[in-house]
Amino acid sequence: MEITFQTVMSQIMLGLNNGAFYAILSLGLAVIFGLLNIVNFAHGALYMLGAFVALLGYTHLGPLLGVPDFHLSYWAALLVAPLLVGILGVVIEKTMLSRLYKFDHLYGLLLTFGVALILQGVFTNYFNVSGTPYDAKPEVLNGVVNLGFMLFPKYRLWAICISLLVCFSTWYVIERTKLGSYLRAGTENPELVKAFGVNVPLMITLTYGYGVALAAFAGVVAAPIYSVSPVMGAETIIVVFAVVVIGGMGSIMGSIVTGLLLGMVEGLTKVIYAPASSTVIFFIMVIVLLVKPTGLFGREQ
Amino acid sequence: MSTKIWLALLFLGLVAPFVVYPVFVMKLLCFALFACTFNLLLGYTGLLSFGHAAFFGGAAYITGYLVKNSGLTPELGVLAGTMFAGVLGYLIGSLAIRRQGIYFAMVTLALAQIVYFVAIKAPFTGGEDGLQDIPRGKLFGLLDLNHAYHLGEKTLELNLYYFVFALFCLGFWIVYRTINSPFGQVLKAIRENEQRAVSLGYQVEKFKLIAFVISAALAGMAGSMKALVFQLASLTDVNWHTSGEVVLMTLLGGVGTVLGPLVGAFTVVTLHSELSSAGSWVTVVIGATFVICVLAFRRGVVGELGRLLKRSL
Repeated sequence: MEITFQTVMSQIMLGLNNGAFYAILSLGLAVIFGLLNIVNFAHGALYMLGAFVALLGYTHLGPLLGVPDFHLSYWAALLVAPLLVGILGVVIEKTMLSRLYKFDHLYGLLLTFGVALILQGVFTNYFNVSGTPYDAKPEVLNGVVNLGFMLFPKYRLWAICISLLVCFSTWYVIERTKLGSYLRAGTENPELVKAFGVNVPLMITLTYGYGVALAAFAGVVAAPIYSVSPVMGAETIIVVFAVVVIGGMGSIMGSIVTGLLLGMVEGLTKVIYAPASSTVIFFIMVIVLLVKPTGLFGREQ
Repeated sequence: MSTKIWLALLFLGLVAPFVVYPVFVMKLLCFALFACTFNLLLGYTGLLSFGHAAFFGGAAYITGYLVKNSGLTPELGVLAGTMFAGVLGYLIGSLAIRRQGIYFAMVTLALAQIVYFVAIKAPFTGGEDGLQDIPRGKLFGLLDLNHAYHLGEKTLELNLYYFVFALFCLGFWIVYRTINSPFGQVLKAIRENEQRAVSLGYQVEKFKLIAFVISAALAGMAGSMKALVFQLASLTDVNWHTSGEVVLMTLLGGVGTVLGPLVGAFTVVTLHSELSSAGSWVTVVIGATFVICVLAFRRGVVGELGRLLKRSL
């Protein structure tokens, strides 16, 4: 590929789009890790589940309800999928994760790994691994917009904007509101917060629910861009883990910024040396481990 | 453990190919060794590596390639695979031990993913097809590993079986010796309380790294054995699913027990062959087993048994 301003910018913008997904996903991981001290391996699978809720709502829900003409619209899916997956998250936390807090945190990782395998296995059984296209992209978001320096698909621009909006709203709530201050206090010292009469177990449950709802939201936004596949989560989550190691999970803003930046770096690598684009984030992780093992925004434990 | 149990197990291993389908036993031996090496880290050092497939699969590719294209004899092929995995273990290990706990798991997973991508892209790995028709060759240039003996109606590839069994015993013995040495005691101290081990003056990082390299090298040996048995090295071997499965084997059998990984490997390998027609439901069953193990069965089969018998197995 010839390196022109056009190609560089378009890959950076596409990278920013991927980066927006990395940002939402690593943000969810960071929020969950902060309070629960577990790394949610099921995050990728729940992202995949979000995309499938949108897809199935569009293609299967109507016939299932006996109203063949009914399709769950994209806009409705943006609300329904996070809600459903959030409820599933609450169930997972209540019935399984909450039993593990008194043991080594690694058990939480292993449990959620099991959950991820179950979800991925079930969907692989019914759906093509190479992906099913999601055709419910709204009319308004078709076509391209002129950014001045290039033409860019309208939907991708929407995906970047809405993802950033969700990320920064989450940041605002956690860092700037009363509710968020409970959350941050719970991260620092759950026992003390409990002593002040805050219902910490409920807060933990809702935090996990919110974290995985974020993943599902990203899944719905991603559905019209990538085809919906049972393995889309597994491929993404490992990259997001690397993002999280690079950024450190201590900081909400850190995880958002790292996600966005690494997405762009990945896009840029596609221009410079395409074969390395799938591994560049891992190599950046290696460099960060060598230079600053706690991660760019990490704190010493 | 008493000598009687060891002799019984040795006997079992020696007669197994006459009773059970030998390829199944060999597959079991490969994965059992793989799980034992993994247990050395998780069970005795407290390090959860989520990237052990990189060593297993990486060594399988190296052995396969060298035996197939450079005409190396099988024992040298296995040696090369083992050494490759050891070097790879040194590289990955020295990076990963810079972080602890959950981060360690994520770092190993991500680094193993680099190996996976290399296996997809590199010219010598055969991409999606993997390395096929890896010859087994002649042991020390003398003993044909393909030779089949005819016993009644059965044809048994006994040369290959005993070669694999000998390698398994060697690997298992090294793991066992490591655990039951002063070095192993330090590893256990690190597992129990890393801060205290540091304050006692142990160079914790060095111990962790040595344990990681031993574990990686022997995991590689298991992968090399697998490449010879199935005459195949494929992307499945380096995939994160394989890393997950070795975690499950160890967890199911009993983390930190000597015999646990053997029981766990037996269960998971059997599960695979029983459910081979069930497609991706295998993944669901594996996932469900994970969940059940973590929630209700954290000691694993051998761990629970040991608790009943009030002794360590």
